[in-house]
Amino acid sequence: MRGLLKSMGVTLAVFARKPVTREYPDTHRPLPERDRAFPLLLWDHDLDEPFCTGCHACERACPVECMTVLMKDNPNHRTQGGDSTRRKIVDKFWIDYARCMRCNICVEVCNFDAIAMNNTWQGHETSVYDRADLIQDLPQLLAEHKAGAIKPWVPQ
Amino acid sequence: MTTVPFPHEHEFETQDLMINMGPQHPSTHGVFRMVLQVDGEVVRDVVPYIGYMHRGGEKLAETMDFRQGIGWMDRTEYLAQHNAELSYVMAVEALAELEVPERAQWIRMILCELNRLSSHFMFTGAFGTDAGIFGTAFVYSFREREVILDLFEEISGDRLMYAYFRPGGLAWDVPDNFARRVAEVLKSTRQGIKDMDGLLTENEIFRARTVDIGKISAADAIDWGCTGPVLRASGVPLDLRRTEPYLYYDQLDFDIITGTNGDVYDRFVVRVEEMRQSVRIIEQCMERLRPGPILPDRLPRMLRTPPGEVYLRTEAPRGEYGIYMVSRGGNRPHRLKIRSSCFANLQALRDMTIGSYVADAVVILGSLDIVLCEVDR
Ligand code: SF4
Ligand code: SF4
Repeated sequence: MRGLLKSMGVTLAVFARKPVTREYPDTHRPLPERDRAFPLLLWDHDLDEPFCTGCHACERACPVECMTVLMKDNPNHRTQGGDSTRRKIVDKFWIDYARCMRCNICVEVCNFDAIAMNNTWQGHETSVYDRADLIQDLPQLLAEHKAGAIKPWVPQ
Repeated sequence: MTTVPFPHEHEFETQDLMINMGPQHPSTHGVFRMVLQVDGEVVRDVVPYIGYMHRGGEKLAETMDFRQGIGWMDRTEYLAQHNAELSYVMAVEALAELEVPERAQWIRMILCELNRLSSHFMFTGAFGTDAGIFGTAFVYSFREREVILDLFEEISGDRLMYAYFRPGGLAWDVPDNFARRVAEVLKSTRQGIKDMDGLLTENEIFRARTVDIGKISAADAIDWGCTGPVLRASGVPLDLRRTEPYLYYDQLDFDIITGTNGDVYDRFVVRVEEMRQSVRIIEQCMERLRPGPILPDRLPRMLRTPPGEVYLRTEAPRGEYGIYMVSRGGNRPHRLKIRSSCFANLQALRDMTIGSYVADAVVILGSLDIVLCEVDR
């Protein structure tokens, strides 16, 4: 009987405590800046082009092979009359969010700080009706940072 | 082993009934199936079936280089990911003869012990549900686990698949407010342990469900290859943190908790006491944590190891989690074998269950605290 009363004492004490539950779709917990949702490409606002040079480093390092990168000559390069120092630039980029395991390796291997993990709730709430819709192409990957919607956190 | 008399043994002939439990069953902690042969309420035989979660993990890890493999290790042991990563990266470090900076080692120890806490919280909650205390214990333990997962998220960015350890150290340094946050987490954890203890340990109903159920002797537990709390509950003081100290566990002061009876209740109590010891360990680690580098100075972009082989084991929350790695040179293991603690512990299930009641089979399975992903790899 003593043990039972002790158990009830615990439940009673917890009953008096402040609840910790959040009603999820209505209230969102603030996310830490390091939160890792899915990878995004970053936009160079100064030069108005992506940081990504299409160097394939991330594509090769990805454990689940969910990225596809194509590179092209940068039409905005100095030699072409533009003002960019990037000789090569990304042409096409796909990331299959359905396969990505959010391991952050692509962010670590990128030499140009061109890719970062989405650390907003939008990055987590990516449900779609068709899996094909989870394959993100270059404009989709760039959109959020271009619009200034994320503050990326890149290690080091 | 509990011996329940077979009531009708001599009165009249009864036919044994085969009952299938699982694979989709809420109390099998994953996808696990056992076929029970019951005589009335008494279990005569148990045939466990595993492999529903088999993903060919060991082979898969052989196709991945040493950095990619870390993410995979999380997925073999989804309740003690830091501990699983630790065995893997330490095996790679042993092969590549990497020196790990001191700060990285202390942080690893803190995270592994926090992971042990979160894993044991998960156990106490799930076990409470198995023992028939529906909901209360489970929800309480999840509240405490949540606090720890929040901290992990602030450090590594993910709540479940941290991929935070690297051969040679850590992926990146912990945030500046780490010390304060750990102190906060420990405060709530201490309260949580007290809650779980008060809720279950002395509770008469809980004791009636657990004391003298699923007993296994020390000799049998050793023979089956049990490790971790399952072995220690039978009275064998084997804890790799003490018997084969790795990281800096030899510099710390903590107790090895053992039980006496080897029953389900002891396995629960051992884990609860172990949580208190983990809190002690983390406090000592925090005192010794100094600023410094978290990766060695010279680390190649693509880590390659010389040919060789290594077996490295650490004390994960469920027992000995070992990695046997063979390298033929190059940037990925030639052969990787995971010594799973749950797989070995699960072997003792049949011995423990035969002769007990059907209702206790669930409690016994729960007391082993298996993670099916780790059993099946
Ligand atoms: S994101 Fe970085 S690593 Fe990947 S292709 Fe672009 S520049 Fe290279
Ligand atoms: S986070 Fe990992 S799995 Fe996802 S795209 Fe980057 S490297 Fe690939």
